[in-house]
Amino acid sequence: MKIVIIDYGAGNVYSVMTAIERLGYKAVLSSDKNEICTADKVIFPGVGQASSALAELKNRGLDKVLPTLKVPVLGICLGMQMMCAHSQEGGGAEGLGIFPMTVRRFVGEEKIPHMGWNDIYGLSSPIMEGVSEGKVYFVHSYYVEVDDRYTIAHCDYMGKFSAAIKRDNFYGVQFHPEKSAAVGEKMIKNFLEL
Amino acid sequence: MLAKRIIPCLDVKDGRTVKGTNFVNLRDAGDIVELSSRYCEQGADELVFLDITASSDNRSTRCEWVKSVSRAINIPFTVGGGISSIKDVELLLACGADKISINSAALSRPRLIDELSYAFGAQCVVVAVDARKEEDGQWYTYVKGGRCRTDVKLYDWVKEACDRGAGEILFTSMDNDGTHSGYALEPLSVITSMVDVPVIASGGAGSLDHFYEAFAAGGAQAALAAGLFHYGQLTIPQVKKYLSEKGIEVRL
Repeated sequence: MKIVIIDYGAGNVYSVMTAIERLGYKAVLSSDKNEICTADKVIFPGVGQASSALAELKNRGLDKVLPTLKVPVLGICLGMQMMCAHSQEGGGAEGLGIFPMTVRRFVGEEKIPHMGWNDIYGLSSPIMEGVSEGKVYFVHSYYVEVDDRYTIAHCDYMGKFSAAIKRDNFYGVQFHPEKSAAVGEKMIKNFLEL
Repeated sequence: MLAKRIIPCLDVKDGRTVKGTNFVNLRDAGDIVELSSRYCEQGADELVFLDITASSDNRSTRCEWVKSVSRAINIPFTVGGGISSIKDVELLLACGADKISINSAALSRPRLIDELSYAFGAQCVVVAVDARKEEDGQWYTYVKGGRCRTDVKLYDWVKEACDRGAGEILFTSMDNDGTHSGYALEPLSVITSMVDVPVIASGGAGSLDHFYEAFAAGGAQAALAAGLFHYGQLTIPQVKKYLSEKGIEVRL
């Protein structure tokens, strides 16, 4: 199986790679269109700021490639947010539009970023199979709103938001499965075995 | 509900942990990877590594052990110590660190916080602040591992750090550090109510109740301890069980 992690200069690729290796698989890091288009599984990581990350993605022409993929794609954190239609981050940015939702900034009394282990619930879809409701690791200041057509896991922090989303072959998780102990490993395994 | 975090802190020198531990069945008490894995299995929510290596050729050594840690554990970790540039951070993140913490370099050049926050996002920029209460009754910040006092007052600095884009504050009271007499609750609660970002309490943990106080009275989002865990006075499961019984949300 060919697993490609999209390389566009985003931060946490090494931990995603090692998480995959702990499960007995190998992943390659690439920004090459041919590599990405011939992959069996594509992981779209992301840490950082939406508008600069989107600019990097466009520089490499990957904004056109990603939405056309037919194999399972997993966007993590900012990767998930960039698959949405629009982000409020950095004065506003247009996303890839795979999901129609808007990415909004948390507003309220609690600390921002939403950082640490929080509960996910209302789990559905194959990547959540065998995963029980429990705590996973989040670190983000912006969130994807809930859309019942696409949200496959919820989380509460100053209101309800999408902890995970799915549309056809596209999956997105707001938390970091690669940093969410055994629970997260199970989800990555599920994704790789789709 | 978002859990309060329990964070063991490991001091690293030349690629090995400095403080001894009571983990008797470890092959080598100084091995960073074994220690990290052990804390991870015990339910640590995060790890903090403080690299106290003074030598300038530290970068490559550091990159190696950071990579090893990243391969071994499946929880987030922060690396601090001597970080002063975008390049330093780029390398550490590429090696698998989730967050970096800066201290002296930020106090001598505050713009570093803006630069790192812009380049990598606020979520990975932890500003560590060491402080002590002086005779005038005010808290002042210290740099160089607590060796040099600055004229910058604690609360002013914490506020400035957050305005500049810090994503988290790691506050260590030097008066309490190593005393096992409890966290410095007064400044802690001032800080937690003053800033919008999460705050890690550090320095002084000595009993189960001290952790409870850091959250209940201090308003912290996370509590850090080093020696207490290393020498086995308390274990992470003990702390979490106690907190849970007292109604504090933790990850069990």
